[in-house]
Amino acid sequence: MTDCTLTLTVSNHPGVLSRIAGLFARRNYNLDGVYVVGLTGTTESRMQLLVKQDERLPQIIKQLEKLYDVKAISVNEGSDMLGGCEVKEAG
Amino acid sequence: MEYSGAEIVIKLLERQGVECLAGIPGGTNLPLYDALRESPIRHILARHEQGAGFIAQGMARSTGVPAVCFATSGPGVTNLITAIADAHLDSVPVVAISGQTPMSLMGTDAFQEVDTFGMSLPVTKHNFLVRSAAELLEVIPEAFRIAMSGRPGPVWVDIPKDVQTELIDIDTLPEKGTRICPASPEEEALASAAEIINASERPVFYAGGGIINSGAGARVRELCEKAGIPVVTTLMGLGIMPSESPLSLGMLGMHGSRATNLILDQSDLLIAAGVRFDDRATGRIAAFCPHARIIHMDIDGAEIDKLRPSDCSITGDAGEILSSLLPKVADRARRTWESSVAVMKEAHPTPAGELDDAKPPALIRRIGMLAEAGTFVSTDVGQHQMWVAQHYPHHEASRLLTSGGLGTMGFGLPAAIGSALANPEAPVICFSGDGSIMMNLQELATLAEQDLNVKVIVLNNGALGLVRQQQELFYGARYMASQYNRNPDLTTIARGFGIPGRRLPLAACTDGALTEFLHARGPALLDIAIPQEANVFPMVPPGAANTRMIEEGATHD
Repeated sequence: MTDCTLTLTVSNHPGVLSRIAGLFARRNYNLDGVYVVGLTGTTESRMQLLVKQDERLPQIIKQLEKLYDVKAISVNEGSDMLGGCEVKEAG
Repeated sequence: MEYSGAEIVIKLLERQGVECLAGIPGGTNLPLYDALRESPIRHILARHEQGAGFIAQGMARSTGVPAVCFATSGPGVTNLITAIADAHLDSVPVVAISGQTPMSLMGTDAFQEVDTFGMSLPVTKHNFLVRSAAELLEVIPEAFRIAMSGRPGPVWVDIPKDVQTELIDIDTLPEKGTRICPASPEEEALASAAEIINASERPVFYAGGGIINSGAGARVRELCEKAGIPVVTTLMGLGIMPSESPLSLGMLGMHGSRATNLILDQSDLLIAAGVRFDDRATGRIAAFCPHARIIHMDIDGAEIDKLRPSDCSITGDAGEILSSLLPKVADRARRTWESSVAVMKEAHPTPAGELDDAKPPALIRRIGMLAEAGTFVSTDVGQHQMWVAQHYPHHEASRLLTSGGLGTMGFGLPAAIGSALANPEAPVICFSGDGSIMMNLQELATLAEQDLNVKVIVLNNGALGLVRQQQELFYGARYMASQYNRNPDLTTIARGFGIPGRRLPLAACTDGALTEFLHARGPALLDIAIPQEANVFPMVPPGAANTRMIEEGATHD
């Protein structure tokens, strides 16, 4: 199975990580890696999730899209967690 | 002007149009209750937070408008969780507002502290832990907006006590939260759906709670009458097609009629709307409608292709989709399909035994015939619930309040109270069992206090009937913990709560006796002794295909 990296822009407050990680646990979908960093000067965080690409991935993405705290999602093949996505500069 | 956090909450609830809410005060929500004293909002003091949650659900389910419940931190919160999880699974818009220990004590295992945010997170559409009074200005309207927009659901707002007492200066209060209209359905998908429908020979419409939430029952009837499409509904969708319509096939699934499940098995197209392909409806999903193409329409895109891949999908509001679809769908009688449906219904009628007056299904049907038009019906969970689903004459959508997804015993009584509060003109019947009624019995006190027109009918078989039935059918009649050796006298209990109570054997339930009970003023309880051997048939064994139905008297192991 190939690796896939989901890059999320999420609200930055305590509880967001638990909301996202909890969704994966509840839906019985494994998370291979998590990276979160607050975006300076904003109320948002960038979150990267490393997952395996299987037939249930579209369902998990749809469930993530429904979360109120998730503002944007992009999906990239591969496990290059810090590459492949543009990190917004503080400004 | 200076407001406390608690005053802001109450003012915003008033602006939201909340006229009535249910709850119980305690240490950490006292400021909210203090602010509520000055408010025109009517407070219903429940006897248990789960009761308060289900009273709010009764209001929300019977009106479609978000309803509110209050609880204190700790046990107040944990007691409320079941009612909110129930609302989550049935997509009911409820806003739960709880007190929390002051921020300075949070995380110290303080008195009555629990992780409300963590516990409510997986059973709500969204939840908030509010950290300042200023945040409330955004969070409260937002909570209502989330609860009622898209696929409705419960929202939990947890407010620490010091946030409730914090004073802030504000010039104006924010606008109330309003529903966000979903995006219009895509023209291309509509055209493709219409094409598939027009080309199909043996279509079935599969309608669920989403149709009720969208208020689209009339549109389903229009479309299906125009195109000659029979309609099955889920438990949550009963009433969308009136039981007496020739196009109505009633409920599908585990306790659907034999004809209904066999008709589905032969269909070449399933038009699924506002449904989620729940296992109780589909049976073994690989064997569900094996010859059918699927058109799936839902306001929640995540439901599409979740369990059964669709051939055509439309995301959006069911009412809007069906209105746009109507002119595109050909006016077609489908005589061959109509006659095979009729033949199937005739070949597998409701067994005469079920309609025997000595059986509970006939009793439920008769009560339905005797009830006034516009009566709300709530149920608890178990055999009586399935008999109501199968045999009560469901004339109208949104009149049946039942715990479908979570299947919570104890739902019926408080939900009936909620619907009576929100619809003072309409009579309410609560069907319950001797197992279920005990699970929120304390709310009889709330019912008596509010003096509402709720008639509680307990089908009393001295057992957890549906559990007993499964033990009989699938565990070699080895009964374990499903029969009550000694039940309390419910009529005495009702009287103790100040509610007239009467016990009748099934045979004594004449139309006259039932009419007298139903049409008396105010609350009342009728305890009807029914035989323990009466089971719900047909029944699809859990995990089996819907075509493998067990009938009464059949041998099985």
